[in-house]
Amino acid sequence: MFFNLFLIKKLLHPYYSSNNFVNSTLSLPYTKIMANFKLKINGKTQQIDVDPNTPMLWVLRDHLKLVGTKYGCGISQCGACTIHLGDNAVRSCQLPISAVGEQNITTIEGLSENGDHPVQKAWLEEDVYQCGYCQAGQIMNATAFLKKNPNPTDEEIEGAMNGNICRCGTYTRIKKAIKTAANSQIV
Amino acid sequence: MTRIKTQYNRRSFIKVSAAAGGGMLIGFSWLNACKPNTPEPGAGVAVPKEWFEINGYIKIGDTGMVTIYSPNPEIGQNVRTSMPMIVAEELDVPWENVVVEQAPLNTGWYQNQFAGGSLSIRLSWNALRMAGATGKRMLMEAAAKEWGIPVSHLSASNGIIKENIGERTVGYGDMASKAVGIEVPKEVELKGVKDFKLIGSSIKNVDGKKIVTGKPLFGLDFHRDGMQLAMIQHPPAFGMTIKDFNEAEIKSMPGVKDAFIIDTSIEEPGGFDEKGFKQLIAIVGDSTWQLMQAKKALKANWETTGELESSDIHVKRLEKALATGEVQESRMDGNPEAAFKKAAKIVERTYSAPFIAHNTLEPMNFFANVTADSAELIGPTQTPEALEGSVAKLLKLPLENVTVNMTRIGGGFGRRLYVHFGVEAAAISKKIGGPVKLIYTREDDMTQGTYRPTYRSIYKAGLDENNNLIAFTVKGAGLPEGPVFPNRFPAGAVENYSAEKIKADTNVTTGAWRAPRSNFTAGAEQAFLDEVAEAAGKDPIDFRLELFDRAIKDPVGEKHEYEAERYAGVLKLVKEKANWGVAKPNVHRGVAAYFCHSTYVAEVFDLSIKNGKPIVEKVWCAVDCGIVVNRDAAKNMIEGGVIDGIGHAMYSQLTFDNGTTHQMNFDKYQLIRHSQAPKEIEVFFVENEIDPTGLGEPGLPPAIGALANALYKATGQRHYHQPFVTEKQLVG
Repeated sequence: MFFNLFLIKKLLHPYYSSNNFVNSTLSLPYTKIMANFKLKINGKTQQIDVDPNTPMLWVLRDHLKLVGTKYGCGISQCGACTIHLGDNAVRSCQLPISAVGEQNITTIEGLSENGDHPVQKAWLEEDVYQCGYCQAGQIMNATAFLKKNPNPTDEEIEGAMNGNICRCGTYTRIKKAIKTAANSQIV
Repeated sequence: MTRIKTQYNRRSFIKVSAAAGGGMLIGFSWLNACKPNTPEPGAGVAVPKEWFEINGYIKIGDTGMVTIYSPNPEIGQNVRTSMPMIVAEELDVPWENVVVEQAPLNTGWYQNQFAGGSLSIRLSWNALRMAGATGKRMLMEAAAKEWGIPVSHLSASNGIIKENIGERTVGYGDMASKAVGIEVPKEVELKGVKDFKLIGSSIKNVDGKKIVTGKPLFGLDFHRDGMQLAMIQHPPAFGMTIKDFNEAEIKSMPGVKDAFIIDTSIEEPGGFDEKGFKQLIAIVGDSTWQLMQAKKALKANWETTGELESSDIHVKRLEKALATGEVQESRMDGNPEAAFKKAAKIVERTYSAPFIAHNTLEPMNFFANVTADSAELIGPTQTPEALEGSVAKLLKLPLENVTVNMTRIGGGFGRRLYVHFGVEAAAISKKIGGPVKLIYTREDDMTQGTYRPTYRSIYKAGLDENNNLIAFTVKGAGLPEGPVFPNRFPAGAVENYSAEKIKADTNVTTGAWRAPRSNFTAGAEQAFLDEVAEAAGKDPIDFRLELFDRAIKDPVGEKHEYEAERYAGVLKLVKEKANWGVAKPNVHRGVAAYFCHSTYVAEVFDLSIKNGKPIVEKVWCAVDCGIVVNRDAAKNMIEGGVIDGIGHAMYSQLTFDNGTTHQMNFDKYQLIRHSQAPKEIEVFFVENEIDPTGLGEPGLPPAIGALANALYKATGQRHYHQPFVTEKQLVG
């Protein structure tokens, strides 16, 4: 198991305007080698036998049936697959299982016990969603951001959220919900 | 109060069964498979032991809990909340007692089970009200029978039936079993608009909690034990077909179960069978990631069977079509040519827009389980009935042996009107003889066709010496369909008018994209009128109102596809709300109004320039969609339309080289992002009692015109060609 610091650093960057990264990562050669991984996901330990290159997105969706994390582009451009690696929001489509190591993973299913995280409550309050497909990623990105910056300005919200596409165009509501959550002072 | 005959829609009212546990209607409950009849959190009453079907829309439990079936596909337009609201209004039950379930495709019970053309509410308004009112009437008749009094001595409200004179009351839950035996009334009374309690209020999305907690709602989330996954590969260019591929090598890859070529051509294909490629490589296996690796390892031989088109060819074809092309539709009032000759001023401008993709965030996918004599399909489709038909044709099965169930849909915008991905899933399932879920990669999704056509239009206007508009012509060409609505505004408002819609050929496959053609014509026409108003030295709103005034008082010609008074109404409303005419420092304003899909929308954009970049500070919207069903959700649709309009006008395009798109994913295909969205959007509705029309599309088209006009005020530059921000500027 290795920990690819460079990769993680890239994953933490919220929005890549350059294509260099996209084209260079994960074009790793296909390997038949399977390996056993022990991961801490939403507070539970999970054992998975899988190709070490498999992105966490597909480990979650195909192997663990945690399908709240969405596939949108597969190249870290849309943010639909955002999860937490430790306290950081990362794009799970670009995070190979072999890079996770000991760090805790949190997905939308594990964000709160009963869907009552202040950010989830704010989303319900503002009735944000239209199709709803991107919203798990938006929420996961927003929660990690608010943890680091509990009182953000509008510009800071936009900057932090710029890597999460909402094709339905609910951006103004998402911003409002983030401010509602920030104002609730219990993030 | 309106009396309405239930007869004409009798098909919807065939009583199905009084079976406990839901009986026949429970066709689709995979989400609740382990816990049938589990109500949504927040339901106001206890979970019933027994359910009774009142009609195809309503099931009432013995505790008074009500299940309302939402018949149409949910693509984010929120019909899963608004359609049941309409039923609940007429049934007169407390909303907290209502749970909503997605109905399966059932042409025997429901009509118009599709999501497109902003038609869901408009076409179902009467049927939904009737379903609720019929249910209420049957419950009242059951109570009347029970108490031995005439039904006219009863009233019902909030799920309770009361004796008008007397003390007796009974809940709907207690009458449900008895209502099942009551004959369906031939006529029912509908509520007066003034008596609406739910309609016009703001009810939160019934799926909100599931969305924010990541529950498996979407087609891509569907799972059935024993199912395989599949991916497809289509030829790399329009004009190419598949010859063969390295089948043995692909089949030997880890996790790959099978690989083969499918042919999804059907006899007499319909409009919803559009797709660039009918022969495809299919790879079947255990996991998505392994299939993605297998796709990368594909070595295929492709055959060039048609022209490999490029964007410069497309531009030339459109120019040629405008000069000499075949006119599909036209209109002529007066004599524009003569009028131009005597005009004091002439303005002539050319506008264009590129091909664009729908890019729903949930890529295409579908589940299929085909056996020797049946096919079961589950997934995200806007047109379940068309899918049923195409699958029946492909598999040569009778229609009744094909079932289609709908999941929540991760974005539609027209993309999922086309049924090919469901048909492909069926073809793959047939080949492997078992259940399969087909998944597209983003690249598959963006490169297969059904694009918004590319358009080019020439607008020309003539003003007399008093700056009155005396002539207006539009000529528009598209690959393949021209972007012109000959009988829309300003037809009827100008003495000398002509409109010509021209087609041209391409082998790039196209389809309906949110507000088809209007998504281009509104931007072009409204930006053009802004320029004409400027040439006339008139305020852009006053200039338009003058034209509507003419269309109201003395319309030119016979056919007009708009009501000038309602059109003018939204402009007046937005003018008032935005405080138009009052200058604000560093704020540049643009206005546009457009009518499409039976709804009128006017928008004012407030734009500023910060660090050389345009910032949309505020958008004011005035909307006339008749009766507003779910107020806050209706605002959400308009807000989304505005943002979608800005995004595609500013940033999005598909360009072609040798039959292949340059853009295959969101690294090169730009969609609008958080920082580019307006800081604020405010939506106002015209209050009236006209039957409701749709909101999925009409918010988008005027945004493009209002944006272009505000950009001009801010920068002095007119924008004629979309995307307004060029690729060079995007990268730089």
